[in-house]
Amino acid sequence: MSHWHHFRVWRGDADGGELVDYPVEVNEGEVVLDIIHRLQQTEAGDLAVRWNCKAGKCGSCSAEINGRPRLMCMTRMSTFADDEVITVTPLRTFPVIRDLVTDVEYNYVKAREVPAFAPPAGVAPGEYRMQQVDVERSQEFRKCIECYLCQNTCHAVRDHEENKAAFSGPRYLMRIAELDMHPLDAADRRDLAQEDHGLGYCNITKCCTEVCPEHIKITDNAIIPLKERVVDRKYDPIVWLGNKLFRR
Amino acid sequence: MTDQTDRTVEQHTYDVVVIGAGGAGLRAAIEARLQGKRVAIISKSLFGKAHTVMAEGGCAAAMGNANPNDNWQVHYRDTMRGGKFLNNWRMAELHAKEAPERVWELETYGALFDRTKDGKISQRNFGGHTYPRLAHVGDRTGLELIRTLQQKIVSLQQDDHKVTGDYQSHLRVFHECTITELFTTDGRVAGCFGYFRNDGRFVRFDAPAIVMATGGVGKSYQVTSNSWEYTGDGHALALRAGATLINMEFLQFHPTGMVWPPSVKGILVTESVRGDGGVLRNSEGKRFMFEYVPDVFKEQYATTEEEADRWYTDPDNNRRPPELLPRDEVARAINSEVKAGRGSPHGGVFLDIASRLKPEEILKRLPSMHHQFKELADVDITKEPMEVGPTCHYVMGGIEVDPDTGMSSVPGLFAAGECSGGMHGSNRLGGNSLSDLLVFGRRCGLGASEYADGLGALPEVRSGDVEAAIERALLPFSSATDGGENPFVVQLELQKTMHELVGIIRKADEMEMALKKLEDIAARTRTVSVEGHREFNPGWHLALDLRNMLLVSLCVGKAALERQESRGGHTRDDFPVMDSDWRHVLLVCRGLGEDDVELTRKEQIPMRPELFDLFELDELKKYYTGEELGGHRAGQGERA
Repeated sequence: MSHWHHFRVWRGDADGGELVDYPVEVNEGEVVLDIIHRLQQTEAGDLAVRWNCKAGKCGSCSAEINGRPRLMCMTRMSTFADDEVITVTPLRTFPVIRDLVTDVEYNYVKAREVPAFAPPAGVAPGEYRMQQVDVERSQEFRKCIECYLCQNTCHAVRDHEENKAAFSGPRYLMRIAELDMHPLDAADRRDLAQEDHGLGYCNITKCCTEVCPEHIKITDNAIIPLKERVVDRKYDPIVWLGNKLFRR
Repeated sequence: MTDQTDRTVEQHTYDVVVIGAGGAGLRAAIEARLQGKRVAIISKSLFGKAHTVMAEGGCAAAMGNANPNDNWQVHYRDTMRGGKFLNNWRMAELHAKEAPERVWELETYGALFDRTKDGKISQRNFGGHTYPRLAHVGDRTGLELIRTLQQKIVSLQQDDHKVTGDYQSHLRVFHECTITELFTTDGRVAGCFGYFRNDGRFVRFDAPAIVMATGGVGKSYQVTSNSWEYTGDGHALALRAGATLINMEFLQFHPTGMVWPPSVKGILVTESVRGDGGVLRNSEGKRFMFEYVPDVFKEQYATTEEEADRWYTDPDNNRRPPELLPRDEVARAINSEVKAGRGSPHGGVFLDIASRLKPEEILKRLPSMHHQFKELADVDITKEPMEVGPTCHYVMGGIEVDPDTGMSSVPGLFAAGECSGGMHGSNRLGGNSLSDLLVFGRRCGLGASEYADGLGALPEVRSGDVEAAIERALLPFSSATDGGENPFVVQLELQKTMHELVGIIRKADEMEMALKKLEDIAARTRTVSVEGHREFNPGWHLALDLRNMLLVSLCVGKAALERQESRGGHTRDDFPVMDSDWRHVLLVCRGLGEDDVELTRKEQIPMRPELFDLFELDELKKYYTGEELGGHRAGQGERA
């Protein structure tokens, strides 16, 4: 059941690189990550790639496959035509370390800047009471596997290195929304998203939602509600326009 | 770019170094930081990607939210039964007592578990647990756990930032960093050595206390639910530092791994599928588990499908379905069905939830399973059964530790989670690993902090040891290995050897053959050769991991050959019966140089009387020799 496919994989480091052609054997049921591993085991022993769980749970093997941000472990070879050239390149928004591995430190820096969950005063461990319906809103966001595909695809930073300082990206705006919607979080987070994390840079094109492998509705369920809270206090033309267009 | 031969070593000094950033490592680091220590966390992967994310079903803790009859004694009994009474009973006791507090504590870090109607943490059924006991978030509990702990680490860093202006002043994560050596001086831990995966530069951490939290060994097997990280690093590092491993013959083959397509063979299918009503059928459509209830469990499991089905709604008046037997039993049963020719088309059996729950219920309770099968196998589990078979999942064996502090036989070396041994005896119950790593992660963090406090002069790392570590790390690039093999080839052979010859069902002659092959693989491992550079070079990484994989494989092989009985995660075709004379015997491994181990026997310490008395004499008789039963309350009652 095997056949041959034409792969083009970006090889190089911070100083530059190029697409390298590899003809490679593909078997039934395989995913792109299997093919990358086959290359490692045969002709490219030093081909750098991140991966862990190979089941779409850890979010390590993010790359761009034919230009689309995806998890390599969840991209089945059967979704391509037999004669289709498959091009695998590293995430574009982050600096390349080597081959398919990028430096994702930006995300860890932003993660540290979101104030942590603030436990409610006077509620002892074991005494937390929350209704399922109330935790579900934040639970949706906690499905996030931190693959950073949303961070990678967001055009506010994708080709705008200069925005990285002020803009935390969809993943961390969603983290703020998650804490804001946590039934017992005691912190006041009303101005945080807008003032410290660049919420205003987002113009709700929903690119982040489209690439999310966990199908989290990042824009609709996290970012727009954040914007709406801000707009109560401050005028944001995007929300105004969004409300006009979509009659939410 | 790091030159291949660059011998520069970056140096750091900490009070406590935690190797491994899964649940156990993070919980240990949190505790050590709370004790005022300066702590480093070292992680082979990116921070937040550890294998803990793969845990699906839940975290076992007798909170009694779903059934008020649950308490630590019931959990303790279940754990000991699951492990066939070979467990370190003190660890099982601490675990059962402390698990609820550890889970509740996670809520104060921001965790959001699924809820009961009255707003408490919901608990689900699982194999071997008498009551619904697993705190969970759908079927992604491990992710919730790792994210919660990761975010707690960040929270502690934010606290430090307020004081010092530096997030990483007292608690720092060194990720994508692999440790290749531990340093001991005068028999005490002095530090460790490794390399950064991204650029290959060397690093050493000088620290008087090191916590091992490196997880398991499954990558030594062909079919496994474990990721590339599970190369037994902690086990092997501890052996080479002079610590002992116990129970290495006990490996858990999870009964339900995916079997098709080939590229995902081994990936876990959560036990929650069965906990929530899923049943196992063979190619004849028969629920075969009723045929496989062993004598020791006869009283606790249903004998008819009707009774089993009633249990889901009325557990107090019916016995449990046999699909929820401990994992070792279910894995062996599946193995037997397939061998008897009653398997599914791709060599597994059928796991059916589609005919048991409504589609919307399946999507709610098992969303990631639905996603996984849909995306990877084109199977819609709300409509069709899954094909599943055993997969190497968990090693019960590990570093021998003091139950209360987590310290190994090497002063300053601690271990928690999967890389430690004893807690689970011969077989771990599902749900007990997440609670294990919280309970003993915390205890190790405390233990390591107290040890560091009590130490006068810090042991100094010897420069000769550092030189030797550099030498060994560079060996695969050196001319000494010219003509050596590709490490990927040697790895495949090791995995095949273990899978075929020391797998789920074992025989003396096969294991002897395996040990011979491992000797040969040892020689080849010493000379594997890699090309290129030190920047994120997977060939080089594997070349160094391979010696750990080899060492733990030797432990598994030698201990499995020695233990002439079948118990839990160790099944001998030539000794198919559980033997009470083996229950109290522990097999202990010690390292001999880089790639050999010696095996000795050790007596298990008898259970404390009041714990022993938690069991009925009739049950203990199934596991214990006659003379061991003298201390039981039943016997003493007669004398009184």
